[in-house]
Amino acid sequence: MNDLLRNFFDWDLISSVLPDLLTYGLRNTLILAVISSLLGSVIGMVLAVMALSHRWYLRLPARVYTDIFRGLPAVLTILMVGEGVFSAQISWLASPYPVAIFALSLMAGAYIGEIFRSGIQSVEKGQGEACRALGLTHGQALRLVVIPQGVRRVLPALVNQFIGIIKDSSLVYFLGLITSQRELFRIGQDASVSTGNLSPLLATGLCYLVLTIPLTHLVNYIDHRLRVGTRPTVEPDEPSSTTPLEVLV
Amino acid sequence: MSTHEIDVAAISPDSVRIETGRPAPDGDPTLATAGAGSKRYAGAALEARDIYMKFGPVEVLRGADLSAPAGTVACIIGPSGSGKSTLLRCLNGLEARTSGTVLLDGEDTATMNPNVLRQRVGMVFQHFNLFPHKTALQNITLALTTVKKMPAAQAEALAMQGLADVGLADRARHRPTQLSGGQQQRVAIARALAMQPQVMLFDEVTSALDPELVKGVLQLMAELAKGGMTMVVVTHEMGFARQVADTVVFMDAGKVVEVGTPEAIFDAPQSPRLRKFLSQVL
Repeated sequence: MNDLLRNFFDWDLISSVLPDLLTYGLRNTLILAVISSLLGSVIGMVLAVMALSHRWYLRLPARVYTDIFRGLPAVLTILMVGEGVFSAQISWLASPYPVAIFALSLMAGAYIGEIFRSGIQSVEKGQGEACRALGLTHGQALRLVVIPQGVRRVLPALVNQFIGIIKDSSLVYFLGLITSQRELFRIGQDASVSTGNLSPLLATGLCYLVLTIPLTHLVNYIDHRLRVGTRPTVEPDEPSSTTPLEVLV
Repeated sequence: MSTHEIDVAAISPDSVRIETGRPAPDGDPTLATAGAGSKRYAGAALEARDIYMKFGPVEVLRGADLSAPAGTVACIIGPSGSGKSTLLRCLNGLEARTSGTVLLDGEDTATMNPNVLRQRVGMVFQHFNLFPHKTALQNITLALTTVKKMPAAQAEALAMQGLADVGLADRARHRPTQLSGGQQQRVAIARALAMQPQVMLFDEVTSALDPELVKGVLQLMAELAKGGMTMVVVTHEMGFARQVADTVVFMDAGKVVEVGTPEAIFDAPQSPRLRKFLSQVL
């Protein structure tokens, strides 16, 4: 029992690995996850709009892209993209971080595209019709009315995806990292391997949770605010059948 | 041009009012202070000739005609599935007709940019279709700033005026979910009016409202008619059609079966189909 405890909760080991984790480990993980999430969202939005187009030559490439990048294991995509970039000798891209961000964004885009598409599709047809009846173009209606509503509806799913990206960012170590390039997982793993003790990995796990758990609660809060409306001072009038409401206060 | 002699108080939905113990909408002070009654609108003539429309193999419209001279109100009545709404939606191009002509002030709308046509022909929907992520005010300013390229301040002033005209100046910062159905529909009317259309289309705009909220919306529409707006109104409110319409159009199975003044249609129906329809709804 004591052995088990020491294997997971060796405070000396944890406190010795924490500085690395909290300084560059956390920073590197965040760089990978945040940039990949942003790029993935941009790719996803383009894919969603293409997938909803009436033109088959826009729909088809979006479909093919989504099927491929959603269907491959993350580790395989990262390695393939990495090898591809290195062998193609694209010098500005050929270092682990740009490559990892590129690969993570490609994958995230496929998932986020499907999330956006479902959100946009859930917006009532009448919203677009109301826009067109006012003289807005199809693009203006999408940009100003339909997409903002669709994105709000899928915020929880979107944050789930961001959490997934944070976790997948650990796969960057397959591309080979120098010491200061290591992110949370690699730092924890290195310390674990060299000490034969799992405590550094436990500390690493806690660092991931520090990132992901607040994110989950943040989205619940945003989701709630969006449902209630941004002006909680105004009591929503009950749309019940027994309430005449046209009464000035 | 016709002069509308409307006894607004006589327009009442053929429905039972529910007693709630709260102030009844009859004494609605928001409408008493509304200024829409005194407003003038520059209505244009709208004419539809021989409209055909197919949804796949189904012929929804089979040669429908409609004429609303400038400043008049045409009410379209008829059983559900008769093509009333489809005809209305063909008038501003929300639905693409298979054949037929729609003339706005004598000009063929087929040659117009649809987005320009829709600025001139406003529309109000059964389910309001307000933008839920925007306030009442923003619902109105959106098209003003994007379509009409109006500066934000000017659009806001105009939208505030529009809300005041429908008696909702104090609800400008509310979101649609914070408004009753009747208030939402009045915002939707203000939103369409802000584009300064020459024709207004109403698609069963009181059908989704609770009975006691219908009257306020109908009153507002009657005031628009009085102000000279050309209106085409698909409605189940026979009391409104009788009071406000200049022309009543009875449709059945994709065709206009009978056209006439409200008196002719309601008091002396000619066709058996209209007689049967009226016996069912009145």
